[in-house]
Amino acid sequence: METIIQGKAYVLGKNIDTDQIIPAEHLVYSLSDPEEVILYGKYALSGVPPEQGGLPEGNVLFVDEGSCQSKFTIIIAGPNFGCGSSREHAPFALKVAGVKAIVAESYARIFYRNCVDGGFAIPYETAEQLNKVIKTGDELKIDVEANTIENLTSKVTYKLNPLGDVFNIVEAGGIFAYARQENLMPQP
Amino acid sequence: MAQTITQKILSRAANRKFVDAGESVWLNVDILLTHDVCGPPTFDIFKQEFGPDAKVWDPKKVVVLPDHYIFTANEHAHRNIDLLRQFAKEQGLEHYYDVGSDRYKGVCHVALAEEGFNLPGTVLFGTDSHTCTSGAFGMFGTGIGNTDAAFILGTGKLWEKVPESIKFTFDGPMPEYLTAKDLILQILGDITTDGATYRAMEFDGEAIFSLPMEERMTLTNMAIEAGGMNGIIAADSIAETYVKARSNKPYELFQSDPDAKYHSKYHYNVRDLEPVVAQPHSPDNRATVRSVQGTKITKSYIGSCTGGKLTDFVMAAKILKGHKVAVTTNIVPATVKVARDLECERYDGQTLKQIFEDAGCSIALPSCAACLGGPADTVGRSVDNDVVVSTTNRNFPGRMGSKHAGVYLASPLTAAASAITGKLTDPRDFL
Repeated sequence: METIIQGKAYVLGKNIDTDQIIPAEHLVYSLSDPEEVILYGKYALSGVPPEQGGLPEGNVLFVDEGSCQSKFTIIIAGPNFGCGSSREHAPFALKVAGVKAIVAESYARIFYRNCVDGGFAIPYETAEQLNKVIKTGDELKIDVEANTIENLTSKVTYKLNPLGDVFNIVEAGGIFAYARQENLMPQP
Repeated sequence: MAQTITQKILSRAANRKFVDAGESVWLNVDILLTHDVCGPPTFDIFKQEFGPDAKVWDPKKVVVLPDHYIFTANEHAHRNIDLLRQFAKEQGLEHYYDVGSDRYKGVCHVALAEEGFNLPGTVLFGTDSHTCTSGAFGMFGTGIGNTDAAFILGTGKLWEKVPESIKFTFDGPMPEYLTAKDLILQILGDITTDGATYRAMEFDGEAIFSLPMEERMTLTNMAIEAGGMNGIIAADSIAETYVKARSNKPYELFQSDPDAKYHSKYHYNVRDLEPVVAQPHSPDNRATVRSVQGTKITKSYIGSCTGGKLTDFVMAAKILKGHKVAVTTNIVPATVKVARDLECERYDGQTLKQIFEDAGCSIALPSCAACLGGPADTVGRSVDNDVVVSTTNRNFPGRMGSKHAGVYLASPLTAAASAITGKLTDPRDFL
């Protein structure tokens, strides 16, 4: 597990539901065929209304036209990120697009579980309204051991809530790796 | 130690006498539900983690109900059905309801109830957020992702954090203009879309226990829209009658202890409530229908696990009888059973189907259809700047198709009244 996660911020508002993260019409692609998997990157966050994508200005594409990778690797969002459907395609799409971590005020339960158990992106919570002070494109550095996020652009550091109970699953890389580590299921 | 009904059910599934809110426990799963969108990736993960020849923990406990992208020309969607069929065959899953066969059912949450899979006291996990619907039967039902579902397929177990409960009590007899949908939209406006995150929503009171099972399912169905882990209503004689007519399996009844601890309690008298909608673009953006009356709409949509059950269509027919709709009105029965019932169930001398056809509605084949947008050729999908009044469950941007469209979530009564006038209309104008 990486102990430092550094990358550019993509800032969003509240209640970003899974239909905005990956619109339902795209859920038909395979999650295992490499040629189709990249489509999840291409359409990641494509359901966000343009003016609400890439705050504070908005109208910033998460993934450039013709690309399947985002130049933004850390999502900053308000409360209730990932609400709505149970589709694991949502954290999967963010991972395919290159997202390493999400920092939101809170998460919907299923999305949070999917992030952790599937080992897609680390879902950090913070008590601060970071989406009001961090701007899309800011260079950020998360220190996994210190539970901090530093805005290298504005030179301000914020606290992240410790991952608590789920840290071990995140560290193992997902529920299967964790279950094997804890001898809850046989080694492969 | 006193426990809520949710704690008691989870205690049973964890082989414990008591589980406390906040602790994580391993649960034995009674039923795992999946469908065409999340089944194939779940099966992939299962094989990857447990081996290409692995067998599911118990083929009798896996229910596969394709329902999302059924009536579409989309080839990828067809491939997903093929993958379900193939997995069901190789695993010997008797509870697979194939598309194109007379076993096809339709929307999974409604079909689970119809087919007798909902049993009081049991634990259901499903790869769909609306799995909480089954809580209307005094059981625990919640949604999970593909990885968690694959873990269950191999082990029959899953960890879950025992939720705190919020209790919602509705007193008084239900007036005819009010529906379960109005009650849950009322709650959503009060506690917002994350007001119940990681919590159980328990419904109680005279108004709740006067409701038929399908209306109770509308309440528990939308627990997820408040972030709820599960919605739950203790099983009473109405629930038992429903279950016994569809299953001969044993079940266990649980009730919350009178001194059980709750995160919070809300009390309503249904006589103080009125028909409401959730305005675009959030299920908690509540307004009384009267306060937005006259807002022009372009479509009315009556369907889905939330609002496509027989009781929903009976309510809609009551309003639509003898009228013509002013806008495109899609009637999308949740299941094949509901679709058949539209042809036999009568209101005031006419079948529901006749009433809808005479009113100018179009009746679609049973599936999830445009509730979640779906492939481009999905019936009822919103386009451009559509303004839709819908009996579905979610209205975040783009949910029903176009991200420029606005969706008003409403009861079947309100959706029907608004279809007639082409504007948001309080159903009391037609009752």
